[in-house]
Amino acid sequence: MSDMSQPPSLTAHGDPAAPDVAVETESPPEGGRREIVGRSPNQLAWLRLKRDRTARLSALTLVVAALVALCAPLLGWLTGMDPTDKFVDRLNDFGMPIGYAGGVSSEHWLGLEPGSGRDIMLQLVYGLRTSLFIAFASALLASVIGVTVGVVAGWARGWLESVINWLVDLTLAFPFLIFALAVIPILQDRFYTEREAPPPAFRVALIIATFGLFSWTYTARLVRGQVISLREREFVEAARAAGAGTGHILFRQLLPNIWAPILVTVSLNVPQFIAIEAALAFVNIGVTEPTPDLGRMIYNSIGYVASDPWYTLFPGLTIFLLVLALNLFGDALRDSLDPRSTR
Amino acid sequence: MSTVNGRLPAAIVGEPEPRAPEALLRVRGLTKHFPVRGALGGRALVRAVDGLDFDVRPGETLGLVGESGCGKTTTGRMLVRLLDSTSGSIEFAGRDITHARRGELRPLRQDLQIIFQDPYASLNPRHTVGRIVAMPLQVNGINPPGGTKKRVQELLELVGLNPEHYNRYPHEFSGGQRQRIGIARALALRPKLIVADEPVSALDVSIQAQVINLLRDLQRDLDLAFVFIAHDLAVVRHFCHRVAVMYLGKIVEIGDRNDIYQHPQHPYTRALLSAIPDVTTLGPAGRIRLAGDVPTPLNPPSGCRFRTRCWKAQDHCATEEPALITRDGGTQLTACHYPERGALSETKAAAVG
Repeated sequence: MSDMSQPPSLTAHGDPAAPDVAVETESPPEGGRREIVGRSPNQLAWLRLKRDRTARLSALTLVVAALVALCAPLLGWLTGMDPTDKFVDRLNDFGMPIGYAGGVSSEHWLGLEPGSGRDIMLQLVYGLRTSLFIAFASALLASVIGVTVGVVAGWARGWLESVINWLVDLTLAFPFLIFALAVIPILQDRFYTEREAPPPAFRVALIIATFGLFSWTYTARLVRGQVISLREREFVEAARAAGAGTGHILFRQLLPNIWAPILVTVSLNVPQFIAIEAALAFVNIGVTEPTPDLGRMIYNSIGYVASDPWYTLFPGLTIFLLVLALNLFGDALRDSLDPRSTR
Repeated sequence: MSTVNGRLPAAIVGEPEPRAPEALLRVRGLTKHFPVRGALGGRALVRAVDGLDFDVRPGETLGLVGESGCGKTTTGRMLVRLLDSTSGSIEFAGRDITHARRGELRPLRQDLQIIFQDPYASLNPRHTVGRIVAMPLQVNGINPPGGTKKRVQELLELVGLNPEHYNRYPHEFSGGQRQRIGIARALALRPKLIVADEPVSALDVSIQAQVINLLRDLQRDLDLAFVFIAHDLAVVRHFCHRVAVMYLGKIVEIGDRNDIYQHPQHPYTRALLSAIPDVTTLGPAGRIRLAGDVPTPLNPPSGCRFRTRCWKAQDHCATEEPALITRDGGTQLTACHYPERGALSETKAAAVG
């Protein structure tokens, strides 16, 4: 871990010319002893991240988005509205919102949905909630599977390694969207008949499971490579020579060295999931009504692009900003965790 | 700071002879063959180490020298059981550890440690120095009197580091300091034998001397035995009681330091010694130049393995493998049918010293 950000330390010195000489130069003044604490690689990464302007800006965007999503019920309580409330009286005879810019008013800050008359801001805020939840839960699931499989694949030798590699190749060969298109409706029909509508949570869980099952491969490959490159390192051999077991080597020696790339993968997976989730909603296999969802809002708005472009604009802009901020933050995180890597 | 250095008067920096005659480490017929996939999918064996016999007595240092690829490191890894040997036996303190399992090995691990070559790869970058040095204690469930932290600080002091640096990370240290951390880690379990795998070849020349002197002081004060793997003959002469010269997976000559350096019998040893850079002579005067490359360990030459590059080789050398025995009244063991006689030239010997 070479880095230039390290300030000249107070006590570091080259190897003393002879240890005897070091007695004079090194003996600390009596009473003035201070604990010498080194900065860990993590602390250094954190310092680098804090200095990065892009990281600060994108982190701020994300924090605002997360706060808004978390406080969605509070907003509903303040405005006295529910995302499912329909303000049909504010629509004209053609179902279009009355007023400028899609019915923007002091009551409805981002206007109303044409046709249904629901408040766009509340739909947006609750949709943000859905998107973020699905994206983070899928990323978590994918990472847990990916790290487990990757560590096993990197550590094991022989047939187990081959089986896992074969499994990864197989999973990578599946076209995701086609699989999702096929599996999500089929599984839903398997558990629920046409008459009884499945609860929204079921659909959300189904989407998370699909994402998780398809996206662990990248993490697994990455972790496997890291484990393979680290397990031959001499500090691992030193642990083995000292009599350490597999558990110690995996959890104490290897994992602390690979969590940085794992974190970067997670942070770059999340925006991908947000975009894919929106895409699924767009092809109508995403989250179903009445759960608010950004992707479905865009899908619904397509019919009104000519007459009410604002309806498309607001959810589109939200997804764009969210994905952009997450991607930039992931890049900044990678740069700060591994300053040697180039873009 | 360094109690080790302070305690040592310069007078005894001479020839401390090994005391106990009983061997601490006894290696017999140690062999390591690596299977590789050859051309056309055929299987082949790399004979990295092919039948080594040597003993290390308590408190003795054995230097293992030879050029790159002759099996020195493989031997070292087998001794601490990081690699499993193909055949042969390793006996440590009277117990056969060649095939001991991890649980059986555990009490012996404490007596048998290794120092690695690359100080940049041998320390976990995410652990503090304190954690690195305490690792052997931790994995063996040892709770030293006065606590782990106190023990670690003692160890750091022993190797000439500031014990206050307990909480620092490896990236904050220089190469020489890192190697000292690696030494402290090897000492944590109070071993009897340390395998030092080229401990100074990754270091700057000025730092090499410090680390070597540290190792020598530790060896005397703690009565450690060393298997010292190196390709630097000057370093080995400074540090080792006995020297084994390896060529292509075999020991060609083994004996006391003075015998090897002053009266080498094997032509290969002579060639190696003549290659030590000498500032007193200009140019390659007196240097024995070996023709050709080291043969592949996939298919080593028949008979004497050195015969393809030896200037004294006869037909006899190709058919009969020379045994490692005393020859021509020498005190060392030499594996050569036609050993050299006499001392190295005086000037050369003086320069080497």
